[in-house]
Amino acid sequence: MTEAPSRRPAPLPTERATPLDPPTGLAPLREHQPVSPLAHPDGTAGWLVTSNALVREVLADPRFSSRSELIHSPMRTDPPTPAPRGVFIGMDAPEHPRYRKLLTGQFTVRRIRQLTDRIEQIVEQALDATEAAGQPADLIQTFALPVPSLLICELLGVPYESHEDFERWTNVMSSAGSALADAQAAEAALTAFLAGIVADKRARPTDDVLSGVIHEGSLDDEEALGIALMLLVAGHETTSGMLGLGTLALLTHPGQLALLREDPALIDGAVEELLRYVTIAQFDVGVRAALEDVELGGRLIRAGDSVSVSFIAANRDPDVFDDPDTLDITRPPGRHVAFGHGAHACLGQQLARMELRIAFPALLRRFPGLRLAVPLAEIPIRSEMPVYGAYRLPVAW
Amino acid sequence: MTRLRVETDPVLCAGSGMCALLAPEVFDQDEKEGTVVLIDDRPAEERRAAVLAAAERCPAGAIRVAGAD
Repeated sequence: MTEAPSRRPAPLPTERATPLDPPTGLAPLREHQPVSPLAHPDGTAGWLVTSNALVREVLADPRFSSRSELIHSPMRTDPPTPAPRGVFIGMDAPEHPRYRKLLTGQFTVRRIRQLTDRIEQIVEQALDATEAAGQPADLIQTFALPVPSLLICELLGVPYESHEDFERWTNVMSSAGSALADAQAAEAALTAFLAGIVADKRARPTDDVLSGVIHEGSLDDEEALGIALMLLVAGHETTSGMLGLGTLALLTHPGQLALLREDPALIDGAVEELLRYVTIAQFDVGVRAALEDVELGGRLIRAGDSVSVSFIAANRDPDVFDDPDTLDITRPPGRHVAFGHGAHACLGQQLARMELRIAFPALLRRFPGLRLAVPLAEIPIRSEMPVYGAYRLPVAW
Repeated sequence: MTRLRVETDPVLCAGSGMCALLAPEVFDQDEKEGTVVLIDDRPAEERRAAVLAAAERCPAGAIRVAGAD
């Protein structure tokens, strides 16, 4: 039991006791008022939804819109603006499914399985690089970031040589801590970079997802650019966050780590549990705006109100998961929302699963003595980023 | 226990692939659009758990199952 929170609009809870604990303010909200008034930094008020059932309800209900121009951020002050053309994460039907269906065929279970060998190679190369870096190695720089980053580059047809640039631009443009001018400059740089690639592929098609989208015929270059931007950003920092913090979760739960080492067949369930336990989508991803008055969990959401859902609160909801704050790689996957829910559920989720299912066991095989090289409290975390993770993860073996 | 009867809705489908991952004998994905293709609308008893899991974990609510009790 926790103490009942105030009923006045309050800022989004972000303070965590440790890198792997949810923000401490979320549990009391979920228990006492799972639809609670939220104060946005731009001065407007909205709602924060923290129970698993209500989070799923919001994400499945088309009366809650994803249109960027309607949505107030729980962490940023920049004004709501329409999604750039092609950036369908910020759109509703009919635009959203029209764009999305151009891509879903590229991310099917079958297509992702065909990537198995290549993912294994990329993982082994990253492990070689980790070994070569010597101890302590920063596992984010040698492993957690390069694996998804190189893979999404190859899939999209973006030259990996530019990875340091687009990784930096992505960080600056998405950080809630960036000055608006810096974020805009980073977005402009990333956009210009991708515009060049789109123009190249329009002229000279290659065998990759971007060329496929461009030459499918229904999109102009600006729309293809929007799609490229979205996939490149979504494809590298998310899986990177999961690889880093998933490893951290295993290293700080030696019993679970030993279980997985003894029985690698547990990996599929372990990945689902790590997705649930870590939950890298922190804020800004799951925000909707009510298109009409909607009653939600006994509260009246007015048309126009922004509604933020907390994926981590939903994934630690004791109504859905027994002993939810315990990492248990043998638990049934249940109704976790680590990839979201509803029409906007993560497009690349089977790719992410495959990367994680290959990468964690390979990491554990390569380094039987893998351990943290610094105390847990010294690991710098991405608390101001929409996509959670560790900035650095120093390890030894 | 009655045998399951499965229906899918390719229009609602978001192409997440959960069904094809969890119950590949019952669900497939369209090669081009990634949307659900129902292979077997009356799955055998041994597929019951996988089919129910696929329906539960479908993010788009695109799978309906009757006879689950």
